[in-house]
Amino acid sequence: MILDVDGVMFNYRSAPVIRDITFSLRAHQILAILGPNGVGKTTLLKCMNAILQPKSGSVLVEGADLLTSDRMEIARKVGYVPQRSEAGRMTVFDAILLGRRPHIRWDVTDADIRIVEAAIRMLSLEDLTLRYIDEMSGGELQKVSIARALVQEPRVLLLDEPTSSLDLKNQLEILGIVRRVTTDHNVAAVMTMHDLNMALRYADRFILLKDGVIHAAGSPDVVTPETIEAVYGVLVTVERYNGFRFVVPLATEGT
Amino acid sequence: MHFADGTIPTDYLDYVRRKHLWILGGIVLLFLLLIVSISVGAVSIPPHEVFLSIVNGIIDRINAFLNPGTALSVSSTDRIVWNIRLPQALAAIVAGIGLSVAGVAMQSILRNPLGSPYTLGISNAGAFGAAVSVILLGAGEMHSTVADAVTLNNPYLTTMVAFVFCLLATGVILLISRIRGASPEVMVLAGVALSSLFTAGTMFLQYFADDTQLAAVVFWTFGDVGRANWQELGIMALITIAACLFFLANRWNYNAIDAGDETAKGLGVSVERVRDIGMVVAALVSAVIVSFLGVIGFVGLVCPHMVRRLIGDDQRYLIPGSCVMGGILLLASDTVARVIVAPYILPVAVLTAFLGAPVFIYLLLVGYRR
Repeated sequence: MILDVDGVMFNYRSAPVIRDITFSLRAHQILAILGPNGVGKTTLLKCMNAILQPKSGSVLVEGADLLTSDRMEIARKVGYVPQRSEAGRMTVFDAILLGRRPHIRWDVTDADIRIVEAAIRMLSLEDLTLRYIDEMSGGELQKVSIARALVQEPRVLLLDEPTSSLDLKNQLEILGIVRRVTTDHNVAAVMTMHDLNMALRYADRFILLKDGVIHAAGSPDVVTPETIEAVYGVLVTVERYNGFRFVVPLATEGT
Repeated sequence: MHFADGTIPTDYLDYVRRKHLWILGGIVLLFLLLIVSISVGAVSIPPHEVFLSIVNGIIDRINAFLNPGTALSVSSTDRIVWNIRLPQALAAIVAGIGLSVAGVAMQSILRNPLGSPYTLGISNAGAFGAAVSVILLGAGEMHSTVADAVTLNNPYLTTMVAFVFCLLATGVILLISRIRGASPEVMVLAGVALSSLFTAGTMFLQYFADDTQLAAVVFWTFGDVGRANWQELGIMALITIAACLFFLANRWNYNAIDAGDETAKGLGVSVERVRDIGMVVAALVSAVIVSFLGVIGFVGLVCPHMVRRLIGDDQRYLIPGSCVMGGILLLASDTVARVIVAPYILPVAVLTAFLGAPVFIYLLLVGYRR
């Protein structure tokens, strides 16, 4: 196992936001965390690299507890792609180079530059190397964010709604990249997602959160009309087409 | 993860070289400006004599240091250069560097383009401290023997009290950020509140002051780089250099924070701690400069933005670039301030905005350089 999360609980004031979160993940696997707005998906993701410190529980990456490690050490093991990041007047190359921060002592080395160059090619950003990121589209910017997390050379990649503001082509491209990275680089990825069909297409493990606890977890088989109704309160049917599963909403209550 | 097949792209190296050239060009310009600044004035000294006087003066001083008893050269040129113009020019450079580097750090730490030593109320706290020393502690009372009515008869007291109030303002902001968390919004708003509080305090004191005291307070608030002697210059330089090194060491952290708090935390940066410590250092360097020289606005706010327009937001180049730009702007302003209405010498604070604002507006209009 590359990632072991055990009994994680987090509360903002008194009532717990998430509790009893336990799961594990192997290299090459992509886990999709599903659930309605405000259920604690992002909170869970942030607990997994100690941006939020869980009140109890443990998060192990290759057996080492992250919650007792210092920030730099965490950043060498876990890459985090937030929902949105700020775009200043920096070139694509420098913005990705920033991902080497956990490895840089005083200044960048040739090795850092080589790694960034390789990541740029991996994400087909070669033509944009010296473009400023404040002139880029949402899809391009998201690729830069992912590249930045990749050059951290993490074992676990956390992505917070990586496709939420992207068009269809960019969604497929970004998730394709995540798929490729996890298979080629011995990495596990955890994504929070709203688009159930995209999740079913690219992820191989699923967690459905309801009221801050895991309602169902496991293979794509846990995504059923019953679990979806329980979690989202929406009547759906799950259809198959071309080998993919699709969640098709039926009428919602009141319509 | 493996990226074994990476190469070093030459176009990126060229790009980095261009950034370095910009900064190097700025340093050369600053040196030329230093010579020009010293050569002009009531007695004009040819630039090559200025250069020789500086070089010889340095050699003489090293000699005098190594072999005590050696006399220093006392030609009139040397006296003008070493006793009057060089300390003033160096004070302008040091203050420009210090205020500008404090501004660039605050803009990043506070995630606010309006970040500067003003924003946190430090300048206003210093002015209030000066008013307290002059009006309540009597540092600015007119002596019957002093012809100039606005001479402070105890400048050290004024400096000390101003410094104490600068630190007090910093302390209050840090205390608030401890209680409420070091969020940029809280820091900026606390700074605005403190600024208003100290301004109100200064006005209150001024209302009860007599003419002389009022003049002394107003005089103090016009920042003037001619005020510093070699010893004060030394203190300012030491703290400014230490602050610059500190900010440079944190350039990656500030770049990460510029990309967003969550990105920064994901990259291993302890955002709150970096904010707190950076704030203390920026406040300290501003406090030292404000209390020795008075309030000098504009430099801390605008120099970093000029550099952003020229070479971008990357702190690796932005921090050194802002230092150079701050030195250039304040030295140029001071030079103009000394000659523009000769034989009167204006305090530099009157001119920084006159000179800087048109340049800045031009840069805003032409947009970013690539």
